[in-house]
Amino acid sequence: MSAQTAMVIAPLVPLAGALAVSLLGRWPNVREAISLITGAALFFVVVTLVPVIGAGVRPAARIVEIFPGVPFAFDLEPLGMLFALVASGLWIVTTLYSIGYMRGHHEENQTRFYACFAVAIAAAISAAFSGNLLTLFISYEVLTLSTYPLVTHHGTEEAKRAGRVYLGILFSTSICFLLFAILWTWHLTGTLDFRPGGILAGKADPTTLGVLLALFAFGTGKAALMPFHRWLPAAMVAPTPVSALLHAVAVVKTGVFTVMKIVIYIFGIDLLSASAMNEWLIYAACFTILVASFVAMTKDNLKARLAYSTISQLSYIVLGAALATKSSIIGGSMHIAMHAVGKITLFFCAGAIFVASHKKNISEMRGIGRAMPFTMSAFLLASLSVIGLPPMGGMWSKWFLGLGAVEAKEWIPLAVLMISSLLNIAYLVPVGVQAFFRPPDGSAPDTGLHEAPILCVVPLCITALGCIALFFYAGQIHDFLAPLAMP
Amino acid sequence: MNYPDTALVADTQLPALQVVIPLLSAPLCALARNRRAAYAITLLASWSALVIAVLLLLRVHAHGTISYALGGWAPPWGIEYRIDYLNAFVLVLLSSIGAIVAAYAPASVDSEIPRDRQPLFYCAYMLCLTGVLGIAATGDAFNVFVFLEVAALSSYILISLGKSRKALNAAYQYLVMGTIGSTFILIGIGFLYMMTGTLNMVDLAERLAPVRTTRPVLTAFAFFTVGVSIKMALFPLHLWLPNAYTRAPSVVTAFIASTGTKVAVYIMIRFIFTVYGVQFAFASTPVAAALISLSLLGIFFASTAAIFQRNVKRMLAYSSIAQIGYMVLGISFVSVNGLTGGIVHLFNHALMKGALFLAVGCVMLRMKRTKLEEFRGLGYRMPVTMFAFTIAGLSMIGVPMTVGFVSKWYLILAALEKGWWPVAALILLSSLLAVVYIWRVIEVAYFQKPPEDAPPVTEAPLSMLIPLCVLTAATIYFGIFTGATAGIAHRAAEMLMAGGVH
Repeated sequence: MSAQTAMVIAPLVPLAGALAVSLLGRWPNVREAISLITGAALFFVVVTLVPVIGAGVRPAARIVEIFPGVPFAFDLEPLGMLFALVASGLWIVTTLYSIGYMRGHHEENQTRFYACFAVAIAAAISAAFSGNLLTLFISYEVLTLSTYPLVTHHGTEEAKRAGRVYLGILFSTSICFLLFAILWTWHLTGTLDFRPGGILAGKADPTTLGVLLALFAFGTGKAALMPFHRWLPAAMVAPTPVSALLHAVAVVKTGVFTVMKIVIYIFGIDLLSASAMNEWLIYAACFTILVASFVAMTKDNLKARLAYSTISQLSYIVLGAALATKSSIIGGSMHIAMHAVGKITLFFCAGAIFVASHKKNISEMRGIGRAMPFTMSAFLLASLSVIGLPPMGGMWSKWFLGLGAVEAKEWIPLAVLMISSLLNIAYLVPVGVQAFFRPPDGSAPDTGLHEAPILCVVPLCITALGCIALFFYAGQIHDFLAPLAMP
Repeated sequence: MNYPDTALVADTQLPALQVVIPLLSAPLCALARNRRAAYAITLLASWSALVIAVLLLLRVHAHGTISYALGGWAPPWGIEYRIDYLNAFVLVLLSSIGAIVAAYAPASVDSEIPRDRQPLFYCAYMLCLTGVLGIAATGDAFNVFVFLEVAALSSYILISLGKSRKALNAAYQYLVMGTIGSTFILIGIGFLYMMTGTLNMVDLAERLAPVRTTRPVLTAFAFFTVGVSIKMALFPLHLWLPNAYTRAPSVVTAFIASTGTKVAVYIMIRFIFTVYGVQFAFASTPVAAALISLSLLGIFFASTAAIFQRNVKRMLAYSSIAQIGYMVLGISFVSVNGLTGGIVHLFNHALMKGALFLAVGCVMLRMKRTKLEEFRGLGYRMPVTMFAFTIAGLSMIGVPMTVGFVSKWYLILAALEKGWWPVAALILLSSLLAVVYIWRVIEVAYFQKPPEDAPPVTEAPLSMLIPLCVLTAATIYFGIFTGATAGIAHRAAEMLMAGGVH
């Protein structure tokens, strides 16, 4: 199988899986088996591409010419490869977890759930491989639509309202700003292709560049840059596997991936830093990092706290893109992987707690560490990774981001990164600590409390160990991503 | 008169057959007196019309413009049928809607129109198809008016066949407005004849040149523009449309919504670009400014009105008024991309609005009403219908990989080329209004439970679902493979911008 074929097949695998799941939904065991097989097949196909990209080959394929000169096309490079690898790898783990969670929780409409999930993954992979802005935009919108039934899964009034916020923000930003920016870019340059070094050089004056950057950055609502972040907390009404894979990995990472990709391949790092039009985006990202952290501290609902933490962490990646230096680009890109593994673990833990004890609020979680030692240990480990402490993978991406701030001689972002780490400690560590060291409140301890089903616990242990493993593999990731920063 | 392309005159009778077959089938339907026989004739004739239209398009693609002299009388004295990229494309659209709606019709007609009147219904349907096909095929200005009246009179009959007594009122309202529109068009054509002594469009274009700035020609242009604007329901001349669409039988609404207003847009393009010429129309009259502001106002007014409708059919009717705005906007950009956007939206909107009205027809069949409350829980009770509605609705919004996105792409590109930033922004903003009104229905269908005492509802019969699914699939197919639609629209736009005579 040539790299080109593999690249075209990859998004088709989950689509075929979605079809099979819908047709065979009557038999839950068959359905779940298909989900797992699809996940494994996708991961296999994606992994075969890694050495090719590592060797410096850039496979490209034009699928269909949608507008003259603007095809639906794939063009794979290291950033997309990393994103696809993370999304497809974590999908397998999440599928295992979903089986435990959805069955343990007796959720309804599970067939629709698995089918939409697979379509969403197909869209994320297609976004990761996209060779031009139109392909990216199409994948982006398909992702929005395919996740809408997942967000509103429970069909309640609350779910409906959350769905409105979700669709309202993601649609309006993408149609009004992102699509506008894409068409404007086409008008200015006559191409929408992602090219190393960017396509805008010499085509636009600095003011236009600034406006375009704003349209792109805010238009990518999935990057959750404030004030367009509200959809993410709203999406937390979804079942936890959705929050875990989609709203900590696939959907939000498609957002920051879009911003990163546009900065590298549409603007070009050199053009952006030379025009000094990135300055405002640096501050917008810093603002979101800090404010979202503060809001996270006020949330007692664990999933809401994690959601705001995600908003804050996403802006790390936007900050990496905005700083537009060699290290910040690599640090931001690396953070896509590091944060994904850490945050998905935290969500898995939140879901496991919910399945085992039906507790949603942090204040009720005192003392549950004794009954659920694996879950809460994983939670602590993942917290350390999100904070950015060794020996966790999260440390390295923050390291390179900080380095990037120094390279750009931007001291405020550097300070923000430091403060933010402290804030992360303040809102994440107490959750794990009080689960272990504080006695349960009330006189009667929960005697019936024990670990969630095995299919919930194993995935979260895997990803927690993944956080540690990433600490040691950061060097490889860095080398893999190094071509991004080459002009 | 020397025609440079007489060598290309098609030696077949296809252009005439395009109109004659549905025309002859109409009295046959009436004479059949049997609803099944009438339906069989309708089906046969409408699908033959589709085959002919496709053949014509292929022929134009291979050999260029076709000129056909009706009855052997050479133009400009006789009536000329003149098929180029633009009307070949429109003919394919009109006849495919005619064919698909005809296939969909019987179950829906059975439930909404008394049996003894059904042969007459099919007769009127074929006459209406004859009218719209004739308008598109002919190259003669007066012939346009004749076919316009054929289409209009038959559509008054079709609308008045609606179940409730309010249908009569709606048909009467349409009759009054439609007659004013036709009369204005006739006055316009009469003035042109007075000044030039000819009715052939190509001939008109040549003979108008020396008298362009005279007062009768300007007056003719004003009468003509207003008349056509009534026919296409351009804001604020749209008042007849919501009632007519809401009260007409489902099949009629789907057919008229996808053909009637579209063909009026075609006439406007044809007269502005071919007969009057771009130079005259846009340089010496303020028509562009008027059309741009009216279409934008219409888009926002009608989309907002759509949001507040309780009846889904009426909501879609208001949405149609808004969509006409996009087409007229495309025309008034006076650029190749703008015109491409306008023409391709004419096609695309017919597909998606046709699909939406067919879906509503399925609901009408089962629920007997089309109020928003009727849609409660339908997402699970009529899954195929509501899925098709959702897809076509996404296309109305302009989600990528649907036809709606293709239209918006060209329109916004045209606005950016001209440097009209606010217009581009307004087009994008207006998509959000479509999100609101489409999502209202989707939320009711998927999130609300049907009332306790609701009778059990089954999915519509296959004979209705298949045409619905064909149209819905087309909204996606032509959203991905745009070569056939946007490609042809682009050629037509280039031709029109270059003077419109080839």
